Amino acid sequence: MDGTRVREWEARCVEEQAPACAASCPVHVDARAMLAHLAQGRFRQAYEVYARAIPLPSIISHLCHHPCESACLRAQAGDPLRIHLLERACVAFGRTDIPLRTQRPSKRGRVAIVGAGISGLTAAIDLYTKGHDVTVFEAAAALLPRLCLLGEQTLPAAVIEADLARVRESRMALRLSETVDLARLDGLLADFDAIYLAPGNGSRPDLAGWLDLDDKQRPIVDPLTFATSHPAVFAGGRLRHGDDGAPILSVHDGRYAALSIDRALQGASLTANRDNQGAYASRLYVDTSRHPAAPALPPDIGDAYGAEQAQKEAARCFPCHCLECVRVCPYLEHYGSHPKRYIREIYNNDSIVMGQHKSNRMVDSCMLCGLCAAVCPNQVSMADVCLEARQSMVDKGKMPPSHHEFALRDMAFSQGEAFALLRHQPGRRQSRYLFFPGCQLSASAPQHVLQIYAHLCATLEGGVGLMLGCCGAPARWAGREDLFAANLENLRAQWASFDQPRLITACSTCLRAFKDLDAAPAVESLWTVLEREGLPPRAASAPPVSDYAIHDPCTARQETAVQDSVRRLLDRLGVAHHELGAPGLGTCCGFGGLASFVNPEVADKVVDRRADEDPADYLAYCAMCRDNFARRGKRAVHLLDLIFGAAADPAERADPGFSRRQENRARLKTELLRDLWQEATPTRAARPDLSIADDVRADLERKWILEEDVRQVVRHAENGGARLIDPDSGHVIASYRPAAITYWVEYAIEDGRCVVYRGYSHRMEVGDTP
Amino acid sequence: MKIDPGNGLKLLCAQCRLPLVSAPVTVRYLGQAFPVELPRCPQCGYTYVPEDLATGKMLQVEQALEDK
Repeated sequence: MDGTRVREWEARCVEEQAPACAASCPVHVDARAMLAHLAQGRFRQAYEVYARAIPLPSIISHLCHHPCESACLRAQAGDPLRIHLLERACVAFGRTDIPLRTQRPSKRGRVAIVGAGISGLTAAIDLYTKGHDVTVFEAAAALLPRLCLLGEQTLPAAVIEADLARVRESRMALRLSETVDLARLDGLLADFDAIYLAPGNGSRPDLAGWLDLDDKQRPIVDPLTFATSHPAVFAGGRLRHGDDGAPILSVHDGRYAALSIDRALQGASLTANRDNQGAYASRLYVDTSRHPAAPALPPDIGDAYGAEQAQKEAARCFPCHCLECVRVCPYLEHYGSHPKRYIREIYNNDSIVMGQHKSNRMVDSCMLCGLCAAVCPNQVSMADVCLEARQSMVDKGKMPPSHHEFALRDMAFSQGEAFALLRHQPGRRQSRYLFFPGCQLSASAPQHVLQIYAHLCATLEGGVGLMLGCCGAPARWAGREDLFAANLENLRAQWASFDQPRLITACSTCLRAFKDLDAAPAVESLWTVLEREGLPPRAASAPPVSDYAIHDPCTARQETAVQDSVRRLLDRLGVAHHELGAPGLGTCCGFGGLASFVNPEVADKVVDRRADEDPADYLAYCAMCRDNFARRGKRAVHLLDLIFGAAADPAERADPGFSRRQENRARLKTELLRDLWQEATPTRAARPDLSIADDVRADLERKWILEEDVRQVVRHAENGGARLIDPDSGHVIASYRPAAITYWVEYAIEDGRCVVYRGYSHRMEVGDTP
Repeated sequence: MKIDPGNGLKLLCAQCRLPLVSAPVTVRYLGQAFPVELPRCPQCGYTYVPEDLATGKMLQVEQALEDK
C-alpha cells in the first residue's frame, strides 16, 4: 500500500479530532470525557479527567471564563452545556486529595520559578511531577497573593487552600518574601538549569539589558515555546498577557512553558509535535440535527449544582462524535472502532513481513459498497482502502486462499463453456445492441432473461445480440486485477467483433464495470432502456398488490438516472412504492465485495439490518440483492417479477443457492441455443442423480460445497476410488480432492439414486506416514 | 498431536475390508507439515479425517497459516 495515500486517508477521517469544548480550551480539558463520567454519577473519575488538565482544580473551577461553553455544539440543539458549573460539581463531589507524585526523568534539572501566581504554580507543579528539583520564589509573603485579594465572595479562602495543601506538602522549595531582581536573576542562572519568569504584571523586575523586551518593556516571548532571548529563561503568565489575561491563559502559559523547560533539560526539540497547542477550531464533524433540543438545567443549590442536578445536566452532552459511517455500516460497527484506526490497522497489517496478519479478515469483510464515503463529510472511502489492501495482499502472495476461491470458481464457471455465449439476434447478422444480462440474473431467474431478451428483440431496431458471461466484478472485489482486466478484455474483444454495438446491462454491477473501462463502450442500464422504449405488454397475472419499499443496489449508488427510471417504471406498472431513506444512501445487501464468503456473520448483519428498516415487501432490481433478502427470510421481489408477473407469490421465491445458480445458468444457455438458434448442445449429464434433504442442502451451501463437488466425490468412489463403510448404517464415506480442497461425503446408493447424508471439506492435505 | 478419532475406528476400508486403526500421518498446508494420529487403513493407507477435526482444529490451523 502507498504510505502517502494511507496518511492522506487517515488525515481525512475526523473522528479523532477533539470535540469543540476541548479544542477551544487553552489547556484542552476533555469536557466530553468528564461529562460522560458525570452523567453516570462517577464524580471521582470526572474530577480526575479535569485535574489531569488543571493543576489547580478548585481555583480554576471558580475563576475560568469557560470558552468551552461558547464552543459547545449543544447550543445548536438547546443551550450549551454548563461546563463551568459541572467542573465545580466535579471538584465539590469528586475531589481526591492525592499528594503530588513525581516521575523519574532521564535527566533531572534544577528549575527556579519566579512568581507563585497561577502560571508559576502550574509550571512548578508540572515540572515537580516530572521529577525536577523545583524552587519557587515569591516576593509576597503568601502563595497566590493576588488571588487572596479577590475576597470570599469571588474565591473563598478555603478553595485556595484546597489546591495549595498538596503544594505545601510536596518537596518543592517555597521561598516566600524573596524579591527577584536583576542581580538575583544572574545569581539564579548560576544555581539553576532553567528559570520560568511568571511574576505577574505588577511586580516584574526591570529586565532591560538582560532579555530582549518589547515596547512595553515586557520580555519578548515565543508564543509556542515561551522561550525568551536567553536560552535558559522562559516567561509567561500575566507578565505576557497583562492585567486582562484570563486565569486559564496563565495555566496555559505555565503548562506549555513547563513542557519547554522539560524538553530543554532533556535535550529534546522545543518545537516538535506542538500542533494544536492552545485553543483552536476543531475539525470534528457532528450532525447536531439528529439530537432533539434540550435546555440547560438551572443550578439548584445556590449558584451551583447538587450532585443529582449535575448528573442530569451532564447527560445533556450528545457527546460530540462524527461516526457518520459507523452508524450506517454494520461492518464498520462490528470491529468496534472508526476508519482512522482501521486504516492504520490495515496499513500495519499490510506492512508485516513476519508474523500473523491479524486484519486480513477485516480487510476482506468490507462490502466495498461505498456508503461510508457517501455519508462522510470528507468522503473517506473504506472501500478504496480495503480494495487497495486486497490488491496488495494478492501482489504479495498474502491473500488467504480460502477467502475468495469459491467466488472465483463461480466466476470461472460463468466465463466458461457452460454459460458464456455470444450471438447476433436470431435471423440477423448484425447487432446495433448487445444485451448482457450478467451472471446473477441468469442464475436467479433465467426465465426473466428469456422474456426480457425477447422483448428487447421485438422492440429495438437494428438487431439485439446476446452476450452471456460475467463482468468480472468478483475478481475485482478479490483484489485480482489481473483476472478482472483479462475478463473485461475478453468481453471487449467480443463486443468489438460485433462492430461495437450499444451494450445493455441488467445488472448495475456490470454497468459499472463497463463504465469504468478506459475508452468505455457505449453502455446503458436495462431500466433506462425500458423506460424509453416501453414495457412489454402487461402480463396476464397482475402484480401482487403491495406497497413496495425500494432497495437500490449499492453499485447503482451514483446512477441517479437508473434509480429514477426504476421509480417511473413502477409508476407505469401502477405499483405503489416508497423509499427506504435517500436513494443513494442505502446499505449493501451483504453480497458486495464478496464479504459474505469471508465473513458470513457480518454480511448477515448487514442484510438483516437492511431488511428490518421497513416492514413492507422490498423491491430490488439486482438479482443478488433480491436473493439475499430471500435467503434471510425478507419478502422481496425483483422488478422483472412485476414486469412479467408470476404465477406464485414472487416475494416467496426462495434463494436458489449456489448449486442451483450454476445449474440455472447452464440450463439458460442450453435453452437459448435450442429455442432461439436451433443449436443442439451436448447435454451435460449431472450424474449421479443426487437426493439431498433440505437441511443437508442448506448445510452444504453454508460450507460452500456445491452439488457438483458432491457428485465428483461419489463418482470417484463409485468408480473404484478409496472409500469407507460405516458398518452400523451401511453408509459410504468417501473423499476426493479435485484441486486444493478435499471434499468428504457420506452417502448411500438407494434405488439407483445417491442419497447424501452430509458433506464437509478441508484444505489441508493428508500425507503419508511421517 | 492426538486427535479424537470420532467414529473413525469402527469404519471399514471398503476395498481392504479392514477396520481403520489409529496411525501417525502428516498433514500439510501452505508449506507447513504437522504430525497427527488419524484413523487409517492398515493395508492401503486410506486415511479418514473426521468432520469435527476438519471443521474444528484443522480449520483453525488452516486459517492461522493463511494469515502468516
